[in-house]
Amino acid sequence: MDLIWEGLRKALELLVGLDPEVLGITLLSLKVSGLATLISVVLGLGLAVAVALNEFPGKRLVIALMNTGMGLPPVVVGLFVTILLWRNGPLGFLGILYTPAAIILAQAVIATPIIAGLGLAALQHLPPELRLQILSLGATRRQLVWLLLREARLPLLAAVMAGFGGVISEVGASIMVGGNLKGSTRVLTTATVMESSRGNFEVAFALSFILLVLAFSVNALLTHLQQSRRPR
Amino acid sequence: MSAPLLEVRELTVHRGRTPVLDIPSLRVGQGEVLALIGPNGAGKSTLLLTLAALLKPTAGTLMFHGEVLDSEAKRQAFRRRVTMVFQDPLLFDTTVRENIASGLRLHGVAAEERQQRVEATAAQFGIAGLLDRSARHLSGGEAQRTALARAFALRPELLLLDEPFSALDPPTRGGLLEDLGRILADTGTSALLATHDQAEASRLANRLAVMRGGRILQAGALQQVMNHPEDPFVAAFVGMETLLQCTVSAAVEGVLTLALAGHELIAVGEANVGDPILVGIRPEHVTLSLQTDKTSSARNQLPGTVTKVIPWGPFHRVELDCGFDLSTWVTPQSLAELALAPGRPVVAAFKATAVHVVRKGPQGG
Repeated sequence: MDLIWEGLRKALELLVGLDPEVLGITLLSLKVSGLATLISVVLGLGLAVAVALNEFPGKRLVIALMNTGMGLPPVVVGLFVTILLWRNGPLGFLGILYTPAAIILAQAVIATPIIAGLGLAALQHLPPELRLQILSLGATRRQLVWLLLREARLPLLAAVMAGFGGVISEVGASIMVGGNLKGSTRVLTTATVMESSRGNFEVAFALSFILLVLAFSVNALLTHLQQSRRPR
Repeated sequence: MSAPLLEVRELTVHRGRTPVLDIPSLRVGQGEVLALIGPNGAGKSTLLLTLAALLKPTAGTLMFHGEVLDSEAKRQAFRRRVTMVFQDPLLFDTTVRENIASGLRLHGVAAEERQQRVEATAAQFGIAGLLDRSARHLSGGEAQRTALARAFALRPELLLLDEPFSALDPPTRGGLLEDLGRILADTGTSALLATHDQAEASRLANRLAVMRGGRILQAGALQQVMNHPEDPFVAAFVGMETLLQCTVSAAVEGVLTLALAGHELIAVGEANVGDPILVGIRPEHVTLSLQTDKTSSARNQLPGTVTKVIPWGPFHRVELDCGFDLSTWVTPQSLAELALAPGRPVVAAFKATAVHVVRKGPQGG
């Protein structure tokens, strides 16, 4: 128990004291996972809408693949992205391995299927005739998509939260493609792993605590968005 | 002659390889309210979805004001002038006000006019007091009124209604039917109503089409179809409960004498002596008394015996054996006065004009 209190005290000290290194790590985590989530929202929701609104052969297979993708192990993603970005790899010319961009790429690969899979379920849960009703009110294709997304906003924001939660908390991919380089690619999770492996438990606790507060704040904001503007 | 509002030609819809709709021709005129009646699975909803340009037919043309809707752009423009209301209200998760405004927003109607139209339409449908309520907390009737107001706010030239009352309880349904009938008449809006209830059809429509198995069996003016069904299925569906296969024994100046199981019926119509003929009698055209009335205008007066008395809403349905089966409706008052019960001998009376010729020729098909 002492260790936990010590960790909390240390966390407050690092936060209140605005420790530049910890602040940098925290902001990088937020930036990297936030951007990765944003990319995944665009790609994932785009995919969910495309699959939900169209009939095509092999649709069930695509849905099964999307659902499988929701459980992609971060270390597997890390390995594949590393190979892709390796100097001799197909995307090696980008030269982004061991940079924050590589982590964003890997995290987007992890979050996209989560948002796509949950987003598709959210859209498919709407009454099938709603689509016809919206079209019959004179909606264009674009207006139709917008209204369907708005109608499914509660489960869709839950999908976004799940996507963000998946990437802010993963460590495998970040450490493999980022390398946990101090001042460059060190994020909260990789720093926590490093500190605890060095035996600096109170710092590791402090970082974990900051991670929890960060995850809570982002989700609280999304929950506020989700629950507001709903008439009673 | 100007083109009808909506017209379809040689329309077919297949689901997979199974044909589900086959409509050689159908027209809806300006200001007309056409009811499509038929059992579940007759293709009423499929026809409405096709007419709403929400379902692409396998083949056939859809014409609006005489113009063929042959491109997606034209179909999209058409959907801004023709609106469908479904059995389920399908409201958006927002206020009643925003729901009614939603179609107007899609059409890009300016805020001021939008607000004015929302309030006017809500008043028409008696939901002005609910505007700021959440659509999630409405009763079935209020929700369907909101859905209808959302459609009417768009001032559609044609309204397609797919069984919009079938999920409502009878008093709610009655009130809404009355309001909708009045609003359709006031605004002169043309409408197509799919229903499996002939009473609903007769309250709103001036034309009737009876569907079965993806085809229209008979279409025409409401009274024409109700009283002169052309086949036994249509007859049964429009409430002509008694169907009798007879033989023409005499035909003099449009008055037919028909032979049936040792009895004679007098009917109005043209036929040749000796021909087989199928006639129908609506139960509401049959009256009961205890003895033959020579002064009555009812030329058919047949003695019979009550076989069954079934309470049926505000009336009782009485089934008789007159040598053939005949049914009628009576009020609880008449039931008591005539002491109707199984085994009671009565006289069934109906006019010659109440015996409708359904089909000439032998029974079958």
